[in-house]
Amino acid sequence: MIEFINIGKQFGENKVLTDVSDVMQTGKCNLIIGTSGSGKTVLQKCLVGLFEPDRGEIFYDGISFTEMNNQSRKELRQQIGMLFQGSALFDSLTVEQNVMFPLEMFSKMTNEERKKRVNEVLARVNLENANNKFPSELSGGMKKRVGIARAIVLNPKYLFCDEPNSGLDPQTSLVIDKLIYDITKEFNMTTVINTHDMNSVMEIGENILYMYQGKKEWTGNNDEIIFSKNERLNEFIFASKFLQDAKDMRMLEAKGIISDDRDMEEILKNGDKLSN
Amino acid sequence: MLKGMFTRPENTKMYWKEFMRQCVDIGIGSLGIVSIISVFIGAVSAVQTSYQLVSPIIPVETIALIVRDTVILEFSPTLVCIVLAGVIGSKIASELGNMRVSEQIDALEIMGINTKAYLILPKIAAAMLTIPLLVIISMVLGIWGGRLAGVASGIITASEYDRGLLTNFIPYNVTFALIKSYTFAFIITSIPSYYGYYVKGGALEIGRSSTKSVVVSCIMLLFADYVLTQLLLTH
Repeated sequence: MIEFINIGKQFGENKVLTDVSDVMQTGKCNLIIGTSGSGKTVLQKCLVGLFEPDRGEIFYDGISFTEMNNQSRKELRQQIGMLFQGSALFDSLTVEQNVMFPLEMFSKMTNEERKKRVNEVLARVNLENANNKFPSELSGGMKKRVGIARAIVLNPKYLFCDEPNSGLDPQTSLVIDKLIYDITKEFNMTTVINTHDMNSVMEIGENILYMYQGKKEWTGNNDEIIFSKNERLNEFIFASKFLQDAKDMRMLEAKGIISDDRDMEEILKNGDKLSN
Repeated sequence: MLKGMFTRPENTKMYWKEFMRQCVDIGIGSLGIVSIISVFIGAVSAVQTSYQLVSPIIPVETIALIVRDTVILEFSPTLVCIVLAGVIGSKIASELGNMRVSEQIDALEIMGINTKAYLILPKIAAAMLTIPLLVIISMVLGIWGGRLAGVASGIITASEYDRGLLTNFIPYNVTFALIKSYTFAFIITSIPSYYGYYVKGGALEIGRSSTKSVVVSCIMLLFADYVLTQLLLTH
């Protein structure tokens, strides 16, 4: 569990975060959503220590991260995995070397054990035959999967993902979402995901923090978000007609008016109930 | 930046591996260009010295003596390091800049690695080891290049050149050249490391910081050359 209380951060005169507090729950996919410039990336960077917050406190399972010395932070960071927006793979290393890097740096495994572990995690992200490829030879989705493999190779307790679906097609996005969700459940990790992707919000948003202009605007989960009356949240989430319709469908489902298999006849028959 | 480099390594073996990789990159990688430059520097020095020594009173062996001293005192340490500032400096600045912009440095930080120590210290240490060695190789090749050109163009015979080389040789000159090369090695790796590590922006900024780092390194190198000469060669 990661708890942050009254986090504030400004760059010069520009206030990016104002008293943001929330709890990121263990074993769940915790989503931070918001428009561009709402401060979600800065918040995530504060949580992992890439930025120092000006105010507030961060606790990792009850231990204050803000008051930790450098050595303790270094030790804690070995329990943190992070998937970056651009994957941040080391260009000059192969897939296998990229995933093996944290093991070489921090574990006392033998070379055979390291190779076995690398193959295990690569198999877990469905990349069995890519060991000797360089990042430049991989597609966007494959890079993300290598990034996830590198992030989980040390069995971290906390996983951070910055825009895991950016630049991916909808189908690959779903694969990545499912992978992150499954890994979170499998290893009981505290996963924190920054995203704009509405599919992700609806599919894996077990705990959602919506940020608006550097402040916490709304929290809830992917079921509650459908019924939220928060205007700003609704404007953000259901920006298009298509998404509005999707929301209506979900509401019908939730009220038991239509079944989950989305029977079109039933939807059309109950269409008038939707407008009420 | 320099202060942040000196912490206990997370894994000594990995730091050693990175140090050796940098030794190969900086040392072996620059050997070709250093060799070519050195031979031509020596050759041109021999021909130009003979052109300027028109008096019949001055013995022809003086050409070898002048080539030897100019190569050892100035050409090998300074000129070679200026070239290396361009070759190595731009490589370091663009490599670190690219790592910064593509979040690879952040990825290392998240893993709990001291990125200043892991990425910069091996580069500086490798340069401090390999550049003085390159300078020594450059001295030998420069003097040999002078001999080659002198003999080939009929300016001086091989035996006259060899005799000239042994005349009034001051071993301290080699020490002085090595002191310079250690100082220059530090300058041409630390300045580009700084510009690369702290780059902000995208591809354009990486290019700009790379160019800027080479310019600043060259200016600092020439300034250090003057200061060291004043301190160590004036009586």
